[in-house]
Order: sequence, then structure tokens, then C-alpha cells
Amino acid sequence: MASDMGASYGSTLRYKSVERMKPIGKHSLLGASGEISDLQEILRYLDELILYDNMWDDGNSLGPKEVHSYLTRVMYNRRNKFNPLWNSLVLGGVKNGEKYLGTVSMIGVHFEDNHVATGFGNHLARPILRDEWKEDLSYEDGVKLLEKCMRVLLYRDRSAVNKIQIAKITEEGVSISKPYSLRTFWEFTAFRNPTVGAEGSW
Amino acid sequence: MSKAEIDFPPKGGFSFDLCKRNEMLIKKGVQPPSYRKTGTTIVGLIFQYCGFHSTFLEMLIGCLTKNFKEGGKTEDGVILGADTRATAGTIVCDKNCEKIHYMAPNIYCCGAGTAANTEAVTDMVSSQLQLHRYHTGCESRVITALMLLKSPLFNYQGYVQAALVLGGVDVTGPHLHTIYPHGLTDTLPFATMGSGSLAAMTVFESKYREGLTRDEGIQLVTEAICSGIFNDLGSGSNVDVCVITKGHKDYLRNHLLPNPRSYISPKGFLFPKKTGIDKFFGY
Repeated sequence: MASDMGASYGSTLRYKSVERMKPIGKHSLLGASGEISDLQEILRYLDELILYDNMWDDGNSLGPKEVHSYLTRVMYNRRNKFNPLWNSLVLGGVKNGEKYLGTVSMIGVHFEDNHVATGFGNHLARPILRDEWKEDLSYEDGVKLLEKCMRVLLYRDRSAVNKIQIAKITEEGVSISKPYSLRTFWEFTAFRNPTVGAEGSW
Repeated sequence: MSKAEIDFPPKGGFSFDLCKRNEMLIKKGVQPPSYRKTGTTIVGLIFQYCGFHSTFLEMLIGCLTKNFKEGGKTEDGVILGADTRATAGTIVCDKNCEKIHYMAPNIYCCGAGTAANTEAVTDMVSSQLQLHRYHTGCESRVITALMLLKSPLFNYQGYVQAALVLGGVDVTGPHLHTIYPHGLTDTLPFATMGSGSLAAMTVFESKYREGLTRDEGIQLVTEAICSGIFNDLGSGSNVDVCVITKGHKDYLRNHLLPNPRSYISPKGFLFPKKTGIDKFFGY
């Protein structure tokens, strides 16, 4: 899972080091876009959920499917009360060898797929993922593919910042990388001197 | 009605006389007809395949052949692409319309937005360019078409919903411009407009590089339009491509048909028995 680390307040870039991906329990990772305060509330609910699950101490732990189902119920019920949690959530994880990736929107629309995106990613990243995702993608290829998507989003989404994190979830657990920047290319000759031969236009 | 109103001669362009009547009808609850929009993906691309972007050795070879044999040409031009779906609200009203409009023998224009607006505006400017060619005797320049397109669009303050990708090759080289409904223009090496512009722009942003050959350019434009066709609901059907180089153009209508009609009933279509078919027109 990849996300950038910016949080805007209207049209001003307020916070530039916000971690929008958090591990949940032993098996899952939650990524969210939308209202940060609602994300913090969701993390509190999930913390309580995992805590109660741990207190049973029965050797079983909540996997990504269960957490996704819980989040769906929470989001849908809030929407029914006309008081939604304004987030688009991505829930991924691995339990007992089974991989899972699902998404929940703020109105409770939920589904499971091989590749998901939130916000502008639906328009800019989904076409790339639909074309280039394959069943047996290696980790390095997957990171390259996500970086390709994040680069296009960086070019074309005004609220994007060039500081991203990649998170990896495997049977062993969750690891979230340190923040890093993507390499961008601005040296097209046509960008440097667009009106060559057409002076006066722009 | 005072007499002075009748004396005004009719001016060209739009007449807004019926607007008050329309407002009155809407107040009374009459539904206005919906526009026939080209919810669209249109793209343009400049390709400039020339020697001096490669290594020193090749540059030497490129220069030499040019001097001795007139070979090793630099090939550059503009490639325009468009899908072929026209929508009226949520209905597809034309499955195979033509969105790449002729402006001049060396200039073509793709249009997105309201279909009537794009057709009318490009027709208007096409005839203005022809008259200008008769006046001057020279090949039309792309910036001429650009100015002729953007002035009326700005004057109508965006009410003429026409978003255009204008491309052509003239004496000064290949040019590609985008024109927004409010009259803003951009000069770019690659451009997309329409509802499928984001899907097509992802392909361009990830795969465009300088020094594309003509075939690579066509491949890239086709991929971008296909991305719009399959990922955007307002675009669909087939891919049209137009390649313009110095002195030559290739209008590849329906260059790719990625949505074939996969099931055709083997029985064909039978008219009900009482249908009166008197003359058979040889279809």
C-alpha cells in the first residue's frame, strides 16, 4: 500500500508528515484518505476492538476480513444517521496465507478487489492498475507499479506532496517504510520553451 | 414595442431572443431538452524523432547521411486521437461519430464538450482559414487557427462549451494546443481533454518521452484513448487517429475497434409479417 504524507486544510497544505497508514492487530493494515480527525476516531474504535479481542486470549485474532466487515458496519450505520465519518478506507492484510484487500467508502460502499484506490487515485491510478496488474507480481514490481501511480498523482493532483510511504503486509507482519520522495522529470524541451515557432501564444 | 427595435439589422452569431421565453417555460414546469454532449476522450501528441537526442556517434552518422544522400531524415509531426462515442444525457446517441474535425489541409482539431458547439466553432474557423488562404496564398498556420478559435470562445464567456485539442504542422514546425471553453489556450507536447482526460493523461504521464517515432506515437495515442474508452463512462466505441506531418496527413478513421459486436444473431432480423415493404431498395 502506498500513500503520500500531506494533509491539507482547504487549499492550504497544513501538515506534511501525516502517517495515513496504520497497522491494525497482527494481520491488517488500514490506509485512509479524507478527514483526519475521523481517521483518528476510527483508529480509536479499532483499538478498542482489538483490545477486546486480545482480552479473550483464545489464540485466535481478528483478520483483515473481520476488520473490514466491522468498518463497513460502522461506516454504513453512521451514514444512515446522516452523520458520516468522512473517509475512504483501504484495508489490506494476510492471515493464514490468505491475502485480502478491500475498501470502504464514507457511505458504506464496500468491496474486495486486487487493486483499489481512493480519491483522485480512482481516476488517475485505477487505469494504470487495470492495465498493468498481474496475478503473480513480485514485491519489487508491485512497488514500482505503485510508485508509477503515485508519480502520476503527484503530477496531476493539486493536493499531492512528494513524500510517500510504502507499507508491506505479509504473514510475518506489517512494515511501513520511511518516507521518501519520488523522482520527477520536468526537462521536456517543449515545457522549457513551449512557444518556439509560435511566438505570442502560450 | 417601439419602432427603434425593428430598425436594427440582424447581427451575426447567437441571438438570445428566446432566452426569456425559455425561462418562462421552465418556470411553468416544461423540461428543457438535454444537450447532445460528446462525453469524450481526446488526445494529442507531438513526436520529434531526430538524431541529436542520441549518442555522439549516431549524431555524426545522422549529419553525414543528410549531407551526402538526403537520407536519415528527421521526422516530426502531430498525432491526434479521439474516441467515437456521443452521449445525450445517459444515452449513447452516436456509437461512431467523428470527433477529429478538418480545419485546413495541415491542421486538424479534436472537439470535446457539447457536440453542436464543437462542430459549429470548427466549421466557422475552417471557412475563415480558407478565406485567409485565398487572401494570402500561403499555407495556414496553427497559431492563426488558435487565435480564430479562442477569440469567440472568450467573448461568449464559456457559454459555448467547446474544449478543443488543435494540432497541425506548418512552416514553423509541429504545434499542439489545447483550448478551454472560457478561451484559455495551452501549448503542450502532449495534451488530453474531455471526461476521459484523466485516464488518458495517466498513460501519457507514465509513457511519454521525447524522441518518439511515428509508430511509437500512434501506439501511445491509441493506448491513451483505449484507457479513456475502458475507464471512463462518457467515452467508448472506437479509436480515431490522425497523423499530420509536413506536407502529408493520414486520417485513420476507426484505426482500432476494441469493442466489436461479439454476438450477432444467426437468424438475422425478420420484419413482422404485416410490415409493408413494397419497394426493395437493394440494401
